[in-house]
Amino acid sequence: MSHYIFRRLVAMPFLVLGIVTMAFFLTTVTKGDPLTALVSEQQLNNPEVVAAARQRWGLDKSLPERYVTYVSNLLHGDMGTSFVTKRPVLTDIAARLPATLELVIAAMLVGTTSGIVLGLLAAYYRDSAVDQIARVFALLGSSLPVFWIGLALLFLLSVHFQILPGPGRIDPRMTPPPPITGLMTVDTLLAGDIDGFRSAVSHLVLPSLVLGWAVAGTISRLVRANMLDVMAKEFILTARAKGAGELRVVFRHAFRNILVPVLTLISYSFAYLITGAVLTEAVFTWPGMGSYAVQAARSLDFPAIIGVTIVGGMMFLVTNLLTDIAYVIANPRVRLT
Amino acid sequence: MMQFSSPASHPPLLRVRDLRVGFRKHGQVLEAVRGIDLDIARGEVLGIVGESGSGKSIGMLAALGLAPPNAVVSGSVQYLGEELLTKPRREMRRIRGAKIAMIFQDPLSSLNPTMRVGDQIIEALRLHQPQMNARQATQRALELLELVSIPQPDRRLRQFPHEFSGGMRQRVMIAMAVANGPDLLIADEPTTALDVTVQSQIMRMLRELQAKLGLGLVLITHDLGVLAGHANRVAVVYSGQVVEQADVFDLFQNPRHPYTRGLIASIPKLTESGGRLYSIAGSPPALGRFPPGCAFHPRCERAGDICQQLAPPKTTIGGSGHVSACHFANALPEWDSAEARVKE
Amino acid sequence: MIATARLYLRKPFAGTLASPMLLFGVAVILFWIVVTLFADHIAPYEPFEMVARRLQPPSWQHWFGTDALGRDVLSRTLHGARHSLPIALVVVIFSVVLGSAAGAIAGYRDGLVGSAIMRLVDVTLSFPPMLLAMAVAASLGPGLGNAALAMIAVWWPVYARLMRAQVLEVREREHVEAAIAGGAGNARILLKHILPLCWTPILISATMDLGQVILLAASLSFIGLGATPPTPEWGSMISDGAAFFYNWWIAFGPGLAIVSVVLGFNFIGDGVRDYFDPRSR
Repeated sequence: MSHYIFRRLVAMPFLVLGIVTMAFFLTTVTKGDPLTALVSEQQLNNPEVVAAARQRWGLDKSLPERYVTYVSNLLHGDMGTSFVTKRPVLTDIAARLPATLELVIAAMLVGTTSGIVLGLLAAYYRDSAVDQIARVFALLGSSLPVFWIGLALLFLLSVHFQILPGPGRIDPRMTPPPPITGLMTVDTLLAGDIDGFRSAVSHLVLPSLVLGWAVAGTISRLVRANMLDVMAKEFILTARAKGAGELRVVFRHAFRNILVPVLTLISYSFAYLITGAVLTEAVFTWPGMGSYAVQAARSLDFPAIIGVTIVGGMMFLVTNLLTDIAYVIANPRVRLT
Repeated sequence: MMQFSSPASHPPLLRVRDLRVGFRKHGQVLEAVRGIDLDIARGEVLGIVGESGSGKSIGMLAALGLAPPNAVVSGSVQYLGEELLTKPRREMRRIRGAKIAMIFQDPLSSLNPTMRVGDQIIEALRLHQPQMNARQATQRALELLELVSIPQPDRRLRQFPHEFSGGMRQRVMIAMAVANGPDLLIADEPTTALDVTVQSQIMRMLRELQAKLGLGLVLITHDLGVLAGHANRVAVVYSGQVVEQADVFDLFQNPRHPYTRGLIASIPKLTESGGRLYSIAGSPPALGRFPPGCAFHPRCERAGDICQQLAPPKTTIGGSGHVSACHFANALPEWDSAEARVKE
Repeated sequence: MIATARLYLRKPFAGTLASPMLLFGVAVILFWIVVTLFADHIAPYEPFEMVARRLQPPSWQHWFGTDALGRDVLSRTLHGARHSLPIALVVVIFSVVLGSAAGAIAGYRDGLVGSAIMRLVDVTLSFPPMLLAMAVAASLGPGLGNAALAMIAVWWPVYARLMRAQVLEVREREHVEAAIAGGAGNARILLKHILPLCWTPILISATMDLGQVILLAASLSFIGLGATPPTPEWGSMISDGAAFFYNWWIAFGPGLAIVSVVLGFNFIGDGVRDYFDPRSR
C-alpha cells in the first residue's frame, strides 16, 4: 500500500509541471492581444506607451523565455501580476479561494447526501414510483444549465416568493465579519455574529442546491446500480438470515461494499463542481475563483487565467490522490496488492 | 389433506403445510412452490432433494420470510406451533439466526467481503444477545471457531473472508449459524461449491454438530447420494411439489415414484466401472410452464393418459410415513435396490 | 463504421423500444432536428429584427415575449438550434476522430509516440474541463468557431483514452494474432482487423456526450466566450436575459430549449446504457 502511494506521490511533480506547461502554452496561442487589457483604447496608437507596456509586462520577450521566467517565478510562489487588478495573481486567488471552497463544500454535502439517500431509496424500492422520480430528478440534474436554473430559482424564490435572499454571500446591509478562515459561515460564528451566520447560511442555500443537483443526480444513479448489484449477493441473504434488520443490512452490509465506486465518483464530481462553480458564481455574484476566472477570461488577463487554471488543475489532482488513498483504506482487498 | 406423521417421540420443530410461493411477473403470478408439506423433528436430519429450479431452496427461504419482495407466499409454516408466515417482520428477525439458522451454497459470496470474519460472527451473536459486551462476544466467537476446528482462531478472527479457503469459509458460516444455539439449521447445498475432499469433511462436521447440539437439520441438495449417508428422512421435490417422502432406508429400498427411481439410478456407483451413467430423459419444466396433470409425465416412462389429465393424489405406502404422489405408486414394478433398477 | 454499429445496435433495441423515456428522448431530438433544418419556415418572426415593443411579456402574438431590442424570443430560440446542434455535432465528431486516431496509435504501439500521446491525455484530463475550455477560448478570442476549437481541445482526450483501452483489448484477440502471423502490415491490421471492433463503446459515449457538449457551448457563450451578439445562441440569450433579470421570459425560452435538448440526449443515453449495462436497469 505505501509503495503505491509513494509511486503516486513521485508522479505528482511531473503532472504538476505538465499542468503548468499546458496552461501556459494553451493560453499563448492567442489571437486576442493582451495589450487591450493593459493600455487604454486611445493610447493603443501611441507606440511609446505600447512599447513601455510590453516591456513592463514582459511581452517583448520570446515565448520560451517567458515560459522559463514563468516557471522559475512559480517555484518562488509568484504567479505574476494580474493585468486588471494590478495585484499578484496568487494574492487575488488566495483572497477568493475560500469563497469558492465554501460553495463547493456546501454543494458537495448537499449533492452527496441527497444523491446517496435517493440512490438507496431508488434501489430499495426498485421500479416503484420513488425509483422513477429519482431517475427523472437525476436526469434533470445533468441536463439543467446551472446558469439558467440559478437565474430561474433566484427569480422565483428570492424575488417572487421572497423565501431566500438574493445573490452574494451575506446580507449587504450587514458588516461582514473579520476574515479569519475566509469561510463566511465559520467567520460569522467565530465573530459570535448569529444573525450574520444565519444570513450567510441562507445565502449559501440556493447556489449550493443548484450546484449540488447534478452531483446528486449522477451519484444517485451510481448508488442505485451498485446497490442493486450488491443486494443480490448471497452475503445479504446471510445477513438477513442472521436476523439483521433492514437498516443494518442496507447500511452495514450493502452500502459498505459500494463505498469504493461512490468515493471515486465523488472525487470526479469535484471537477464538475469546479466547472459548475464558475457559472454558479457568475449567476450569484459570488466573489470566488470562478467569477475571477470569468472576469479574467473576458478581459484577456492572461496571468490570471493561467493562474486560475493551474490552481484548478492542482486541486483536481490533489483530490484524486486523496481519493485513491481513501480507496485503499476502504477496500481491504486492495490492501494486499 | 394428507398428513405425514412423524414418530411420536419427536414433536415437530417445523411444520410446513401447503406452502406456495409465486413470483409476480408482468402482471401474472408464476408459482415456483406449489403446495409443499413437511415436518422436521428435533434432532432429525431431513433431506430435500431436487433439480435446480425445482423450488426446494426458495421454499425454505420463504418459510423464513426471506423470499424476494416480488414473491407471493401462502400456506402455513409453524415453528413449535407458532405461525411464521403471518409474524411481523420484527418478530421474525428474533427467530432468524437465533432459533432457526441458515447456511448457503457458496461460502465465497455468503460472507461479507468488507467485514472481518470475527466482526461477522460477533454481529450474529450481539444481534440476539445484546447484553453481551465486546470482550465476551470476542471470546465466544473464538470458541465458535474452535468448535468448527479452525486453527489459530485468534488470528483468523481478525482476517477478511478472502484470506480463507472455501472449506474454511464454510466452517465460518457454520460457526455463525450455530452461534446462538438454534434448534433448527437449514443448509442449502452446503458442499456443492467445495472441492470433493473438503465436501466430506464439511458434511461430517455438520453431522457431528447436529448430533452434539441436538439440532434439527434440513439438508437441501441436488445430490441424492449425499443424503444416503446423512439424512434420516428424504423429501423428493419436483416442479415445486413433494413427489415422494420416506425414511431414507425405505426410499432407497423401495422407491415408489418414477422420478425418485430415476434419481437413484443416476447416482454414480463405485462398484461399477465403465458403463454409461443413467440420466433422466428431458429437462425439468421452466417456471410457470408446468404441464397439466402430473408435472413429471412428459419425462416419465410409465406415464399413461390419466397422468396428463389428473394431478396424482398422495398415496401412503406401508406404515412408516412413506408417501408417493404417483398414479401408479402401488402398481410400479418391484425395485432391485442392489442393482438400482427395476427387477426383470 | 456505421455499418458495424448498426449490426450491433439493431437487434438489442427491439426489446428496449418499450421504454417510454427512450422514446421521449428520440422524439425530442427529432423535433429539434426538424427545427434546425426548417427554422426559417417554423419561426413566426425574423430572429434579428425588431418586431414589436421591447420587453413585452409572453402573449398570443409572442409566446415567449420580446427581448430588450424588441425581438421575438420564440423565433430567436428556434433559430438558436441552428447554432447549438451543429456545434455540438462538429465538436463531438472532431473529438471522436482526433481522439480515436490518437488512442488507436497509442494502443497499437506502446513506444515513445504512444506514451507521449497518453501523457498529453493525462495532463489534459487533469483540468476541470470548463476552466481549460475557458482559458483556450479566451486566448483564441470570441466567436462560436473558436469556442468549438476550445471544446475539441478539452474533449478529444476522453475518446483517446477509451479507444486506447479498446485497441489494447482487441489487439490480443486471436484473429489479430493470426493476421500478424500472416504478415499483414501494421496499417492494415489496425484499420481492417482492430478498429472495426472498437467503435461501439465510442459511438455510445459520443451520443451521450452530445448533450454535455451543448451545455458546455452554452456555458461558454453565457460568460461571453462563445457566440457574439446578435447571434441567437441559447447561452448568450440567457446572458442577455440575466441583464434584464426582472423580465424573466427573455431567459426562459432559450433555457427551456437547452434543457429539452440535453434531457433528450440524456434520456437516449440512459436507455442505451440500460441496454449495455443491464445491471442498472
